[in-house]
Amino acid sequence: MLEIKNLHAKVGDKEILKGVNLTINDGEIHALMGTNGAGKSTLSNVIVGNPNYEVMEGSITFNGQDLLAMSPEERAHAGIFMSFQVPIEIPGVSMTNFMRAAVNARREAQGKEPLKSTDFLKVMREKRKLVEIDQKLMNRSVNEGFSGGERKRNEIFQMAMLEPTFCILDETDSGLDVDALRIVAEGFNKLRTEETSAIVITHYQRLLDYIRPDFVHVLIDGKIVKTGTAELAQQIEEQGFDWIKEELV
Amino acid sequence: MSEKNEKEQGTNRTNEFVRSVAEKKYEFGFTTDVHTEIIEKGLNADVVRLISEKKGEPDWLLQFRLEAYRYWLTQVQPTWGHVHLPEIDYQAISYYADPTAKSKKGPQSVEEIDPELMKTFDKLGIPLEERLALSGTAVDAVMDSVSVKTTFKEKLSEKGIIFCSISEAVKNHPDLVRQYLGSVVPPKDNYFAALNSAVFSDGSFVYIPKNTRCPMELSTYFRINARNTGQFERTLIVCDEGSYVSYLEGCTAPMRDENQLHAAIVEIVVMDNAEVKYSTVQNWYPGDAEGRGGVLNLVTKRGDLRGVNSKLSWTQVETGSAITWKYPSCVLRGDNSQAEFYSVAVTNHHQEADTGTKMIHIGKNTRSTIISKGISAGQSQNSYRGLVRVGKQADGARNYSSCDSLLLGSQCGAHTFPYMDIHNNTATVEHEATTSKINEDQLFYCNQRGISTEEAVGLIVNGYAKEVINKLPMEFAVEAQKLLSVSLEGTVG
Repeated sequence: MLEIKNLHAKVGDKEILKGVNLTINDGEIHALMGTNGAGKSTLSNVIVGNPNYEVMEGSITFNGQDLLAMSPEERAHAGIFMSFQVPIEIPGVSMTNFMRAAVNARREAQGKEPLKSTDFLKVMREKRKLVEIDQKLMNRSVNEGFSGGERKRNEIFQMAMLEPTFCILDETDSGLDVDALRIVAEGFNKLRTEETSAIVITHYQRLLDYIRPDFVHVLIDGKIVKTGTAELAQQIEEQGFDWIKEELV
Repeated sequence: MSEKNEKEQGTNRTNEFVRSVAEKKYEFGFTTDVHTEIIEKGLNADVVRLISEKKGEPDWLLQFRLEAYRYWLTQVQPTWGHVHLPEIDYQAISYYADPTAKSKKGPQSVEEIDPELMKTFDKLGIPLEERLALSGTAVDAVMDSVSVKTTFKEKLSEKGIIFCSISEAVKNHPDLVRQYLGSVVPPKDNYFAALNSAVFSDGSFVYIPKNTRCPMELSTYFRINARNTGQFERTLIVCDEGSYVSYLEGCTAPMRDENQLHAAIVEIVVMDNAEVKYSTVQNWYPGDAEGRGGVLNLVTKRGDLRGVNSKLSWTQVETGSAITWKYPSCVLRGDNSQAEFYSVAVTNHHQEADTGTKMIHIGKNTRSTIISKGISAGQSQNSYRGLVRVGKQADGARNYSSCDSLLLGSQCGAHTFPYMDIHNNTATVEHEATTSKINEDQLFYCNQRGISTEEAVGLIVNGYAKEVINKLPMEFAVEAQKLLSVSLEGTVG
């Protein structure tokens, strides 16, 4: 369970989050919608511990642990995963080596032995099939020369490898064509267990057709101003955010 | 409240990390407590005579030394390097230190070597007992001015291969030594070459006879131990027609507050259709985080590709030394000869490196490749300096150079000084250079996947240096990879 209380955070000198409260129980999918600059990405980055974002006030606990006291890699080891909006290139580091380092770092944190090479490659093969990602990409450097769609698919592939319990999909649908969107979303659904919870950030209804949210939140100017069910997303798709802003006045 | 907590915890983590790095940094910084015979500090003609006498050298070699010494006196220490070489007080250094002096005549067998010396090399991962040795590697172990032991000598001699210390070679193979010593790097080549030629102590001698493929890796392990001494290694490798040898040198030194001078010469002669691979993993003590101490690594290394179709490849992984100033070079004299230079130079804290190569094309259809990867961190300065010269007769010569720099942090410097001197218009010379920086977004991406910053830097740096590391013999490639990660711990974050 992830519990966010009265969260204020800034980037540089600019306060972006101005008191966010949100509780996500195991197994729940929460969609986060809102205008550009409302604070959606800031919220995700604060949860995963990006050092460019500074928490000013408030708390986040994850399964009872004080998340804000943990380093980004400790949060990852605890089961938190973010699918990046813009996955970065790491020249010189092959996907296979990168994944091996990530998987074994997590195993080490759990007190397990590193995976044997043959076992690791077997797991890679299985998980690749889930998101239909090409073997050729695994021999390339991380995200280097990947198309937009391949990068997003690669994010979900990494999620498959790391088996997180809490996922953030930060605009995973942007830049994907219809088929790629379906593959990525179905991949995510296949990976979900009863415990998996997620925050899905999106501007569009179409991703939510595949990944059905239990709750939809609207973030405006650093606060969650409205919470509803899947129908709210539908309504936003049709009418935009202005009616919600008007309600606030 | 949580903001304060987070900050405090963040600071604690940083402090802890910095401490752990400071404590761990240099694994080989211990000293060995052995009786060492050290001659008095200072340099004059009598000291040169004394060194020669201690080694029981013939007169021609003494004259070689004295001539070099007299030339050295007329020269001044060069200043053109992009390094801050401190004023070296040559009278404050002892030019000969013999840790094997206890045994009467010098080591004859393993049993006679001081167990402390054996332990030292064990600790460095270089067991001197043949049954414990790395498979397929023969070692010449040099501490301070003396070769402690050379393994597998007998086995190699069955094939006619000579692998021994240079002092021994002077005694047992004087004609070979006399023929080739100073023929690639003449005593008057440069200031430090003159100094080395005057006072050189030990190093390795390798002779591979015609049409022989050396069945094992040959390696020399250099260790500086004694205080206030200089190490003046001299290595000579001759690979005769149609032969092949792969040679590796490794270097470490104790942590000391004062600088230690290492001024070496390596000469390689490659005859018709012969091939030499020379690899270096240099991990001399780099000095502490504030820039105190460390080895001054001032080395002249050169290969002479005398024969047609000869090949020479230099591979170096340089992570140590306070100052590294050297250019392992190739003279491509024989037609169709091929030379390669693969280098990774890492500088951290206050280290400075000015390194690269010279490719001198003289023969026809000669080819050279230069791949240089500089990695700078901390407040260090890392320079690539290279010369490609194509002579008038060198029809069809080709060179490809690629020099990449990787910066970690914003206080370090990377510099590239490529020189080209082309006198033949059929030559093809290509030069590429890139500079990149490990950025925070890359590190955070790794962190989010559970990979710590240090490990992420290790992954990225090893990926970057892969092309060079892959050129090393297998066992050493693994060592070099570890070394790269350790040298750069705590540089980002």
